[in-house]
Amino acid sequence: MPITLTINGTRTRITAHPMTRLLDVLREDCGLTGTKEGCGEGECGACTVLLDGVPVNSCLVPLAQADGTHVATIEGLRGRHPLQRAFVEHGGAQCGICTPGMIMAAVALGRKPSMDAMRVGLAGNLCRCTGYWAIYRSIRSAAGASKR
Amino acid sequence: MRGSISNRRLFEPRSLRDALRMLRDEGPLVPMAGCTDLYVSLNFGTLKDTRFLNLWRLDALRKIETRGAGVSIGALATHTNIMRSALVGKRLPMLAAACREIGGVQIQNRGTLGGNVANASPAGDTLPVLAAADAVVVLASAGGIRRVPFTAFYTGYRRSVMRPDELIVAFDIPAVHGRQWFRKVGTRAAQAISKVVMAACDDDRPRIAVGSVGPTVVRLPRTEAALASGASIADARRTLVDEITPIDDLRSTAEYRRRVAANLLARCLTEFGMS
Amino acid sequence: MRAVGRNVLRKDGVSKVTGAARYIDDLTFPNLLYGRTIRSTIPAGEIAGVHLNFDTAGFTIVDYRDIAGRNIVALIEDDQPCLAEREIRHVAEPILLLAHADRERLLAADVQIDYRASTPNYDPAASAITFKTITIDKGDLDRGFAAADRIVEGEYRVGHQEQLYIEPNGVIAVPGPDGPGGDEGGIVIYGSMQCPYYVHRAITVLLDLPDDHVRIIQTETGGGFGGKEEYPSMIAGHAALLARKARRPVKIIYDRVEDMLATTKRHPGIIRHRTGVTRDGRLTAMEIDVLLDGGAYATLSAVVLSRGVIHASGPYRCDHIRVRGRATMTNTPPNGAFRGFGAPQTQFATEVHMDRIADALGLDPVRVRDINALRPGDTTATGQRLGRDCSARQVLREAVARTDFTRRRKALAGSNRGIGLSLFFHGSGFTGGGEVKLASKAALALTERGARILVASTEIGQGTRTMHAQIVADTLGVPYDCIDVNAADTGEVPNSGPTVASRTCMIVGRILQRCAEDMRARLGAMTPRQYLRAHGPLVVTKEYEKPSDITWDDSSYRGDAYGSYGWACDVVEVEVDRDTWQATPVAFTTVHEIGKAIHPMLAKGQIEGGSAQGIGYALIEEVVMRDGRMANGQLTNYTIPTTLDTPAIEVVMLENPYKHGPFGAKGVGEMPIDGPAPAVINALRHAGFDLREIPATPEKIMRARSASPEQRRPSAERESLRSSARSGSELGVGPQRAK
Repeated sequence: MPITLTINGTRTRITAHPMTRLLDVLREDCGLTGTKEGCGEGECGACTVLLDGVPVNSCLVPLAQADGTHVATIEGLRGRHPLQRAFVEHGGAQCGICTPGMIMAAVALGRKPSMDAMRVGLAGNLCRCTGYWAIYRSIRSAAGASKR
Repeated sequence: MRGSISNRRLFEPRSLRDALRMLRDEGPLVPMAGCTDLYVSLNFGTLKDTRFLNLWRLDALRKIETRGAGVSIGALATHTNIMRSALVGKRLPMLAAACREIGGVQIQNRGTLGGNVANASPAGDTLPVLAAADAVVVLASAGGIRRVPFTAFYTGYRRSVMRPDELIVAFDIPAVHGRQWFRKVGTRAAQAISKVVMAACDDDRPRIAVGSVGPTVVRLPRTEAALASGASIADARRTLVDEITPIDDLRSTAEYRRRVAANLLARCLTEFGMS
Repeated sequence: MRAVGRNVLRKDGVSKVTGAARYIDDLTFPNLLYGRTIRSTIPAGEIAGVHLNFDTAGFTIVDYRDIAGRNIVALIEDDQPCLAEREIRHVAEPILLLAHADRERLLAADVQIDYRASTPNYDPAASAITFKTITIDKGDLDRGFAAADRIVEGEYRVGHQEQLYIEPNGVIAVPGPDGPGGDEGGIVIYGSMQCPYYVHRAITVLLDLPDDHVRIIQTETGGGFGGKEEYPSMIAGHAALLARKARRPVKIIYDRVEDMLATTKRHPGIIRHRTGVTRDGRLTAMEIDVLLDGGAYATLSAVVLSRGVIHASGPYRCDHIRVRGRATMTNTPPNGAFRGFGAPQTQFATEVHMDRIADALGLDPVRVRDINALRPGDTTATGQRLGRDCSARQVLREAVARTDFTRRRKALAGSNRGIGLSLFFHGSGFTGGGEVKLASKAALALTERGARILVASTEIGQGTRTMHAQIVADTLGVPYDCIDVNAADTGEVPNSGPTVASRTCMIVGRILQRCAEDMRARLGAMTPRQYLRAHGPLVVTKEYEKPSDITWDDSSYRGDAYGSYGWACDVVEVEVDRDTWQATPVAFTTVHEIGKAIHPMLAKGQIEGGSAQGIGYALIEEVVMRDGRMANGQLTNYTIPTTLDTPAIEVVMLENPYKHGPFGAKGVGEMPIDGPAPAVINALRHAGFDLREIPATPEKIMRARSASPEQRRPSAERESLRSSARSGSELGVGPQRAK
């Protein structure tokens, strides 16, 4: 039985086994390969998407549990989110594999997160390249930009 | 992913009654809540079960509400729900503290209290809180409801008194009047599995529970009794060390767990104002 | 506007933040099959039988008999088979390959391997097989010890470390169309990798194909850190064998568990120091013994050892040095390249030892380093005379001043905090004659608006494309945006050597700079467009030219081991929880002298990221080996630093140009990981916890509590050194022996 969910604002009918991982639905059924798989165990956060506005690991979400929800992926930001520009300008992305998940988790932090909110809110996203501080600088800078 | 999907069957109840009927008629079924443990097994190819029951849409099981002077928390309340609950913050802050230390936000947004208990890992971060708080597990089946004290819930490593036709629907937690204390010692600062996890409260008498130091989370009746009869912190430490049975594993050593558990007890008792 | 020295937008930035960048698992091909590797489950023995307990219809099955060329992963030694024939030397050794269009059927296929097991050896000191020995001799050791007032000894141990790039290894092999006369044609391999030409050579040898029948194309690569230096040759070989047999494209993507269990890690090591010092702190003799655990096959152990021993005496002047290095075989998966490449292991020992020397003499650790730090005109262990770009004392003094180290150290005494430092250096480029042997090429093609860079150097996050484009833009005199960078595709770019060894900027960048100089001369007053109209296409290719003042003799291990060195000093403050022995780095400052920061933000990114990996190496990253198998091979149990584990990292970059580097640049990629571990251990020692091994997990810190500040009085040092050496060996917690 098809499952309907809204992906990046578009209502989408998916015909797949209800236990299929949301990650696989996005990558394989929808061709949205911006969402990455780093571990398959909910540790690295590379597969982070927003489900009804909150960050989840899409490798741990069965399609059945996404029925009727709104899913936002990196593609849904359409390159226009201030965080995206800021990650380029401030070194928040190096190899880039954690970046889509990291940005989605950062989106969920809201407009102007405190240092503490960033460190706690991104503790579920592993980055092996940056040591994280360039990511905080990127988010800080985007917060400044969005205020203007 | 190493697990296969196509050979699995998912049951989709619309209500709790529906779910309990499916468990009775179609069982055994593996209940599926936030999937933060279940899908790890599926990804690793270690999940052998083939029939599952999706509880996620049973919103009635997500309630956090007052129950007398205590709290009742639905089994599907997520760690985020609990952390953000003003009621929990006021009446059971040690539970909020435990939820805050589970995984990253992604896991907190999906993982549930019922799932943490049902998964039955001795390292489960919320379990010492439920044990110390004298929580009651509310189990439902098509035949009715039964209430099991949390301290009698586990019977061994990853084993409990729950029957295959039962679901955990809620936890009833009586009022805790004294101070509350929680500390998790993990393998790193965030997103860690506990090496030692302790919760305590000093109602009319101290109640202390520890995780990751035995096959199940444990209350420390002898240590508590000693403290109730005026034992010193040093004596209490010694009693605790005799009372727990930690092992060496991938993440830590028995010796470390024993010594840290004793230190945490001392720290907790000091903060409770004992000497 | 000039590009060099400015933070221009990175070339791959937009595609990475929008999700448009294509990594290997994002690609697919028509008729694609998925590949799977059947691996050994024992650490040592022989294969006695292979049983396929499944319906093989629709499967492509490959074993060693399907290999048309030589059954080796061609690298340095030819000892590692691509697929085991009979002998098994480690757990997770590949034996059989399967491919199928349906992943579930592929995973369900049950293959049973029967073995005749033999006794494995996990102790590198007891190994019967030595991959490589190296001795460095400088001066006369006996004379050096005779001149000493004191002799300080110590043994230090380092564990495995997993690179843990967030994108696991993966490739897709696509067979070319059959050639005329029914020959099978060539093969194209796409993949996540650092060194396309390493893969190219390995595939030509494995498949017995001419060079022009093999094409390797790097896809966007989600981190490498050395972990994608040599291993991609293995996985590419597997996919190629399947693809040729099936005559269909084959994709192999490792999941995290397979990646951790099967692929290379940093070499564990045991390093012993015996050092003669004068009463006032001068080093008179350094005798150093380095033992690296190579794992089951040679892979890169010989060159890891080489870099390790050359860096083993640290950035210090001493007239009498002997370093003996040995890399041996054990029945564990092969160890290989990881950022730093031997230098983090040996400099860990040196820098922890330097603090013990200071203690033994009752001297300040800064003073001992300052007295002995290499200065311009001094010679290294290999007799290399250092030029004006030697900055050891500058970085030390800057770091000490910035952190108010000496005062802070006094202020923290007796608290549960400690402060420690490490002084270290790192040679840029291949060791010794390596660059001459590589003879790397780079090319520049003139385009309508500027130029296109043609190099095999890969972008793996460090900023290759951006930094190369900056060098070319300024040299050619065109805006940065007018420089394009070709994909690292062996069908289109020359062999620029591997993307390793902190060589991509200093060595390849310099070759590119020469291409741009030549191109600029040819253009004269013309714009690129005018030139193309007048003369047609222009491609300038240059090869590495050894600066005439560099000499190296590989037989005696004497001479200029590296063209240049970067210099750095880390200061870290660590707090130890009194209840749990958890050590938290609370402040971290690092001063790096890197010649010239072509792109300051990218350089800082390398330093911050490498430092964070070094903090993980120091404190939490522990590979638990049980029966030759990584027992904690999942991200839940092999823990790397999260946001909350990573302190603020203050980065100070100094520039002391290297005359043969592009715009004065030296390498920067590896050096940051050499320093954090010894600085952390020295800080722990200052806080009263005497450790000689990493990772310093709370369990080890708990048991190490012997060196209270009172016990560390100078007079007690010799005795306490001896007793802690004993307890160190009693602990016996080298990772290869961990339970």
